Amino acid sequence: MSWETVIGLETHVQLSTKTKLFSRASTAFGASPNTNVNLIDCGLPGVLPSVNKEAFYKAIRFGMAVNAQINQTSIFDRKNYFYADLPKGYQITQMDLPIVLGGSIDIQLEESVKTINITRAHLEEDAGKSIHDEYDGFSAIDLNRAGTPLLEIVSEPEISNAKEAVAYMKAMHQLVTYLDVSDGNMAQGSLRCDANVSIRKKGVKELGTRTEIKNINSFKFIEKAINFEIKRQIKILEDGEKVTQETRLYDSSKDETRPMRSKEFANDYRYFPEPDLLPVIISDQEIQKIRDEFPELPKEKEARYQRELGLSEYDSQIISSSKSMADFFDASVEKTKNYPLLSNWLIGEISAYLNKEQIEIHESKLTADKVAMLINRIDDQTISGKIGKSIFEEMCLSGCTPDEIIESQGLKQISDDGAIEEIIMTVINENPSQVEAYLGGKDKLFGFFVGQVMKLTEGKANPKAVNSILKEKLK
Amino acid sequence: MTIQFKSITELRAMLDTKSISASELTQESLQLAQKYKELNCFVTMNEELGAKNANSIDLENKTTSMLSGIPLAQKDLFCTEGLRTTCSSKILSNFIPPYTATAVKKLEDAGSITIGKTNMDEFAMGSSNETSFFGNVHNPWKKGYVPGGSSGGSASAVSAGIVPAATGTDTGGSIRQPAAHCGITGLKPTYGRVSRWGMIAFASSLDQAGPLARTAEDCAILLNEMSGHDSKDTTSLNSSVPDFLENINQPLDGLKIGIIKEFNLSDLDPEVQARFEDSKKTYEKLGAHFVDVSLPNISASVPTYYSIAPAECSSNLSRFDGVRFGYRAEDTDDLNDLYIKSRSEGFGDEVKRRVLIGTYALSAGYYDAYYKKAQQVRRLIKNDFDHAFQSVDVLMTPTSPNTAFKFGSKGAQNPVELYLEDLFTISSNLAGLPAISIPHGQVNSLPVGLQLIGNFLREDQLLNASHIFQQNSDFHLAQPNLEDF
Repeated sequence: MSWETVIGLETHVQLSTKTKLFSRASTAFGASPNTNVNLIDCGLPGVLPSVNKEAFYKAIRFGMAVNAQINQTSIFDRKNYFYADLPKGYQITQMDLPIVLGGSIDIQLEESVKTINITRAHLEEDAGKSIHDEYDGFSAIDLNRAGTPLLEIVSEPEISNAKEAVAYMKAMHQLVTYLDVSDGNMAQGSLRCDANVSIRKKGVKELGTRTEIKNINSFKFIEKAINFEIKRQIKILEDGEKVTQETRLYDSSKDETRPMRSKEFANDYRYFPEPDLLPVIISDQEIQKIRDEFPELPKEKEARYQRELGLSEYDSQIISSSKSMADFFDASVEKTKNYPLLSNWLIGEISAYLNKEQIEIHESKLTADKVAMLINRIDDQTISGKIGKSIFEEMCLSGCTPDEIIESQGLKQISDDGAIEEIIMTVINENPSQVEAYLGGKDKLFGFFVGQVMKLTEGKANPKAVNSILKEKLK
Repeated sequence: MTIQFKSITELRAMLDTKSISASELTQESLQLAQKYKELNCFVTMNEELGAKNANSIDLENKTTSMLSGIPLAQKDLFCTEGLRTTCSSKILSNFIPPYTATAVKKLEDAGSITIGKTNMDEFAMGSSNETSFFGNVHNPWKKGYVPGGSSGGSASAVSAGIVPAATGTDTGGSIRQPAAHCGITGLKPTYGRVSRWGMIAFASSLDQAGPLARTAEDCAILLNEMSGHDSKDTTSLNSSVPDFLENINQPLDGLKIGIIKEFNLSDLDPEVQARFEDSKKTYEKLGAHFVDVSLPNISASVPTYYSIAPAECSSNLSRFDGVRFGYRAEDTDDLNDLYIKSRSEGFGDEVKRRVLIGTYALSAGYYDAYYKKAQQVRRLIKNDFDHAFQSVDVLMTPTSPNTAFKFGSKGAQNPVELYLEDLFTISSNLAGLPAISIPHGQVNSLPVGLQLIGNFLREDQLLNASHIFQQNSDFHLAQPNLEDF
């Protein structure tokens, strides 16, 4: 029997606003518990929310990027349920009139591009955090995250397998970071998703019973969780049993999904329009301003790199694939003229280093200034490419500038012909038998002489100059 | 010379002529509160801070506003920084807010002195002040009779002359009905006129703060300070605030007053009817004329209100869960148990009843039939008012179908009996309109109130019509005999 998988994703994107959705408390990550909390966030009696328009602007930017309909009048609703880290006993969200309606996003598969339609995207506030393992016999509540703005993006059930789901999330990550809508940091929970997974027989129209896997926060886990769930559901169906509609949790340590305790989920949220907030109206002027300030998206960047900087298609694509890399490149381009060398370094040495360290470029000690300086020193022959690599390693470790490293370690390239000639003469005088053999026709020995010169200069001799002077002297 | 029963205007004159200091005034007010403790108007007194604030007014020695040095009482539903705020509920019996409600802050910034927090129906749910965790409040006019509710403590304190004015809140009549029962003047402003920041919510789309005082003029003085847009309450109106005192003396010639046909007044107590007819004659003498108007949907007000208000309350009261503040039950097994026990022990019966009604009205499968339908009817009621105000300036009704009643005599068997107390007052909350209650005589030695409902933002007309009435009558000057207290 052949089965078909149907997946819909609900992506939660934490918007990178400075303050919360309904209060002026900071959204900064990693603060001590309950410090980024004000009267509104802890739901004191008598407090009222007021809307942070910046969150709307970011949501609208996202909507525009996926060619969605923007609801210029949108309303908030209350979703009622009790939980210890939900201070008001309800979450303020958008039910009937979300800010973003429809739209689509293209995802890159191995051989092709697939378009996934988006149902809607709405704004809502995040809850706080319950901590169950720090105090004996007590649970603790950290409300720093309570009220942080989220954009929940709901896809149509058009994703067919785990790989597509990952591609969808990667496209989402690229888009929200490019739009400066979110920092996209999955480890900190800025980008996470719930996956609705169901199985049906090939050719059958109706959807099978779905399960929802909650809160998956890495590309790797998305793939594993979905694949586990697909296998589990197929087995149930093949055994002639029925899939139970339920909410499940992915446990990465055991690589399995399992049902969440039903207690954690009330089934009737008693939605109704939030009476403490008026409908939010976005003016045509505001819409126009967002359009005017729209950031450059990856495809546009790619084309510009080729057109204006003469990069290859391959290089352009790789550099523009990640917002942080492209930003870094754009900043470096201001400070150096050798764009091909810069892009080579970014794609080669720098990417390799970041991969090895598993960090983003903005988390490293590298800056656009320093990397451009390194490229310039290679370009103006102060150092060789090889020395450049060791300087780069030192830059990554110490954060010093290339000039500081060149100065302190005396790595400046020897380009003075007289000095190089002197060293070459020493090498020739010390190796009479090799000279004889070379002159006798053993051309390969040329490399030996270059090597000797480099050894004496600790690699600092300008290779071009060494080559031409050596050739001259060994005639 | 006693300050009891004096209006703000009279006390202002005493302060300005230095026949009394703000400190003396505050002390006397606090002493009156102590003397009439048995009325049970107050939940918490503010002796220390009140005295301190009065003293700094005296030291400043300059009058910056009409309210400078005037003692006031605040309904115990307004958060007051450092001063316990209970909503007359066990669940908040230990709650000391870290901030002050905008309405109170504005009154205090104008130099008024908060002497204490007044008793009320628990979470403002009730029409008789009998649902308070802190016990019944007596009507100063008759011991053992209710003052009305939910702002019963405020009305009783003003009626007994302890303070010249107090704040209240009105979700379905909670300022006007107790004002009527206690023989004083109470104004519910237009929804959004006064900020709700710091007012503990009962039903967000209906709640509105306003003044209770001895005269319409004093209500104008309080409203002048309380009103205005507040960036912390986005439902507060961004309209300019007129000087309500300035236009209070306009003649009423040509004022068109509407009588709502659908309120069949012939069903009322003949004495209540007689007072109403008398007041009509007074207004006619003053140059107003009467027009019958039809508000076809107004009879649906009570069921509409009792769907919407409990629905909003069920959600608003979810935060009282024993986790972060307020009462927490002891010896609970887990989180769910903590919720159930804290809320079961912390809330009184009427609050529980409304939370349950509201939860039901919002639940899946019932939402369309109750909450949504009620919101649609609410819109129809508002349209009726809009239509009526095309032909009249104000509408006139009795404030309450009855006078104050004996403790325990109503609603004990059937809560709906008590809900019908709000028959005349509820519709202006649903429509967001301003309305005032002024005393206009007595029935069986208990005060009766007259209600005027105004068009959107036209508190000025209500205050004007009330003030002129009071200039031409002395019902507002009647004082209860407090010998029994």
